[in-house]
Amino acid sequence: MAPGVRLGRVSFVWRPWPVLVTLLLAAAAFLVFCLSISFGDFTIALPRVIATITGRGERVDEFVIMDLRLPRALAGLVAGIALGLSGAITQSLARNPLASPDVLGITTGAGAVAVFLVTVSGGTTAAIMSSVGLSAAALAGGLGTGVLVYVLAWRRGIDGMRLVLIGISVSAVMQAITNWLLVTADIRDVARAQAWLVGSLADRTWNEVWVATCCGLALLAVVAAASFQFKPMHFGDEIAAGLGVRHGRVRAVLLLCAVLLAGVAVSAAGPVPFVALVAPQAAMRLARRPTPPLVASGLVGALLLNGSDVLARTALPVALPVGVVTAAIGGPFLVYLLVRANLRKAA
Amino acid sequence: MSTLLEQRPVNGTAPVRRGRVLGLGLLVLVVAVAGAASLAVGARALSPAEVWRGLFAGPDADQRLSEIRLIVQTVRVPRTVLAVVAGVALGVAGAMVQGCTRNPIADTGLLGVNSGASVAVVAAISVFGLADPLQYVWFAFAGAAVAGVVVFGLASIGRGAGNPLTLALAGQGVTVFLAAMTTAISLQDKAALNAWRFWNAGTVAGAGFAVIWPVTAFVVVGLVLAAVTLPAINLLDLGDDVARGLGVNVALHRTLGIAAITLLAGAATAACGPIAFLGLMVAHVSRHLTGPDHRWLVPYAGLLGAAVLLVCDIVGRLVVRPGELEAGIVVALVGAPFFAALVWRGRFRSA
Repeated sequence: MAPGVRLGRVSFVWRPWPVLVTLLLAAAAFLVFCLSISFGDFTIALPRVIATITGRGERVDEFVIMDLRLPRALAGLVAGIALGLSGAITQSLARNPLASPDVLGITTGAGAVAVFLVTVSGGTTAAIMSSVGLSAAALAGGLGTGVLVYVLAWRRGIDGMRLVLIGISVSAVMQAITNWLLVTADIRDVARAQAWLVGSLADRTWNEVWVATCCGLALLAVVAAASFQFKPMHFGDEIAAGLGVRHGRVRAVLLLCAVLLAGVAVSAAGPVPFVALVAPQAAMRLARRPTPPLVASGLVGALLLNGSDVLARTALPVALPVGVVTAAIGGPFLVYLLVRANLRKAA
Repeated sequence: MSTLLEQRPVNGTAPVRRGRVLGLGLLVLVVAVAGAASLAVGARALSPAEVWRGLFAGPDADQRLSEIRLIVQTVRVPRTVLAVVAGVALGVAGAMVQGCTRNPIADTGLLGVNSGASVAVVAAISVFGLADPLQYVWFAFAGAAVAGVVVFGLASIGRGAGNPLTLALAGQGVTVFLAAMTTAISLQDKAALNAWRFWNAGTVAGAGFAVIWPVTAFVVVGLVLAAVTLPAINLLDLGDDVARGLGVNVALHRTLGIAAITLLAGAATAACGPIAFLGLMVAHVSRHLTGPDHRWLVPYAGLLGAAVLLVCDIVGRLVVRPGELEAGIVVALVGAPFFAALVWRGRFRSA
């Protein structure tokens, strides 16, 4: 039985295991973040990495780390946390573990815009490419699609399941457009488009990462503020209302945050698929909680994304984009957790 | 027991049943009309009389007639038959997968079928150098079947076996992994990527009867399995414990259901490529039409699937003449807005 703890006006249930898991995940995420900076064309030892990012490093390391490697690692961290959080919110509010930002239209919308820009050559697309760049245009497409889904699903408030079903529909349209563009395009463009579609952390610049980090932090603050009202929502609207939660407003705000967080992730790493689906489910099972825990989900996302990136750069014989490795690791990991849970029930 | 059944109040159920049978008849009619239209419409439009002659006239010296014969018998008939077979298979599989996993956003690709077929196609091209779609149909089917079996096997380890949630998530996990493999292979191999992009769009055109008959055989087996489990799925919907209490062999019926889904979706995907969204959409629409009774819901979904796929294939032939738009693309472009409108109007009780 978990004991209750009261500190002044704040009271909570003290559960050592989830706290321990979260702390361990945070440590692991930080370690992998540092490893991601440490590995490259030449390896920089971990103590020197930590010294440099805390501002006490040597001049030699500073250029390589601050200008070349930190943006990449930070992009992975921000995108991972954003995807994990976004997934946890969507899955909780739709009360369906198959719901994730992948079905809310952001990733498919960004993908359709990017593939359009890559495959269709012409005055307009060339102008867009040169003026704002592929990533920014794709992000705009993704956010536009996400907002479209949100607006279409609005009917006297937002309902999690309605949002998901409309998101699936809009995603299907975007996917169909992508498929059609791929079928009609030149094969060289198709290869480029396909590489972009799986998401990548390569060649990040400070400009992109900076914007993503700031937006991510702002959204994190909103989610943190709303998270106190979040837990009772798992019990359903009536009970949440009975416990004093304005469920309509909280849900609308949180789902909007989920959409925007997925947009942040797209801007940082491209449309990396599946992290948002896998991370909350994995976090939930690691922390042994009945619902996806927010903090742990974000940390698992970051761990998964940066860990896959490190692995892709060091261990694999061929260069693969991080999205492929993430899925190749995340999928089996989820299956392993499921099988382990089933075996434990048998014991 | 029988007296109990006879004393059940019957007023109200007879008109409902009549309505359902009428609806079923109407759907059959729609499929028949769409099938006939599918024979006539295309890059070269044919009149009904020409279609008739093309179907049944013997070999003739007449140049024009033999041309029509060629079009009807080798192009239009196979794609029409395939559209019906694949549509029925995907519709039934879509309704079954939502029933078996008790999840309203489960799609036919959920149990790894689509991604298994995809990775098999890409691997067949990349490793064995196959170039002909007719050759990799069987790789696709084998891939789909293996993926389905692996997902079910993984979800069945231990005592929590066959829990719908575990099944859905295991399906997602395997799908994620296989999709990554597909991308990894196709990024390294241009030829595989090139074939994959056409296969992935999903079309009912191009397959001959050499493919269609075996696929139909698998679909028929799948339909029989589905028909056997339908009454039990109604009870599984009440929760495993209640179903077990009512005397249902939960493990057996869920296994049969999964086998049916894998056969149906796998066969359709092997022949046409992944046609996403069709199964999910028709399952929701037919649940709205019939209510939650799977004995009605599933046949409705099958016929609706055939009708939608036929119509979408016809639309695909008309919009970009003389070219064609793949049926899988049209299904999403036409079906999704329609579906979204229904969702928005609150037509689906489960939503």
